[in-house]
Amino acid sequence: MSQRHHPSISQAIATLASGMLFGFGLALSTMIQPEAVLEFLRFENFGLMLVMGGAVLVTMVAYKGLPRVRSKPLLGGQFQQHASHWNRDTAVGAAIFGLGWGLCGVCPGPAIAALGVGNWDLLYALAGIALGALVQGVNKLS
Amino acid sequence: MTLATTLFPSGWAHFLSGGLLIGAGVALLFALTGRVGGMSTVFSSSWSWLVKSPYFLQQRYTESRSWRLIYAAGLVLGAALWLLLVDGSTPQTTHVPAWKLLLGGVLVGYGARLGNGCTSGHGICGLGSLQWPSLLAVLTFMGTAFASANLIGRWL
Repeated sequence: MSQRHHPSISQAIATLASGMLFGFGLALSTMIQPEAVLEFLRFENFGLMLVMGGAVLVTMVAYKGLPRVRSKPLLGGQFQQHASHWNRDTAVGAAIFGLGWGLCGVCPGPAIAALGVGNWDLLYALAGIALGALVQGVNKLS
Repeated sequence: MTLATTLFPSGWAHFLSGGLLIGAGVALLFALTGRVGGMSTVFSSSWSWLVKSPYFLQQRYTESRSWRLIYAAGLVLGAALWLLLVDGSTPQTTHVPAWKLLLGGVLVGYGARLGNGCTSGHGICGLGSLQWPSLLAVLTFMGTAFASANLIGRWL
């Protein structure tokens, strides 16, 4: 029971290493440069289709394949599923997310990863995202 | 001009290999720990340390807040490693004005959390697990992102 709140060292290292692959990929694919994202959204460069396609492909193989060949993850626990639902919140939230993404060219992962390449301008976006998440949570109460 | 240089004026290999690495990160997290690693939830789960309200103290946030923060730290380290190994240690800058980053960021944070996912949550994890609500979410945010990047983004 306490393991949920104090994850084991090996799980922490695994999580950190997974994040590092993710962050390296974001940097290599230029997703952490708002200009590159905005180029794509203005139909000037279709590279981000390859980023998304490549990431989805590998993820799909893991999500669909691993539970068939193994009963549980390598470090224990269980394979989790995060079901998504189509409702008003999802529709409105996705629409607002897109408006913001098209305005600044930064989404949550790149806003975090940008700290690693010293792109301090993106701290504005990071602060904005944190603020937006706070407002959403506070708003949800009423 | 060939089709490839029209579609990908800055080349295609770094896009594809970067995407495969992003997928490898999500896949490794799942293979080792069973966790589904979208990135926007960390912005809500981390508030649960500071804001003691029922919304932020939901189990799904308090139980995952530690590993999500570690995962986010990995993103920073991974990007730093790329800077050291590949890019020759030139810190990046952007020409997008601060107000656009801040206002766009607020909309991104609010929308991603209201809609329960972002480009990685719905895009990579949702599509990767073949969930049609995520496909609808992706189509919705791509639509509004194309509109705002081409309309608002150009006028202002």
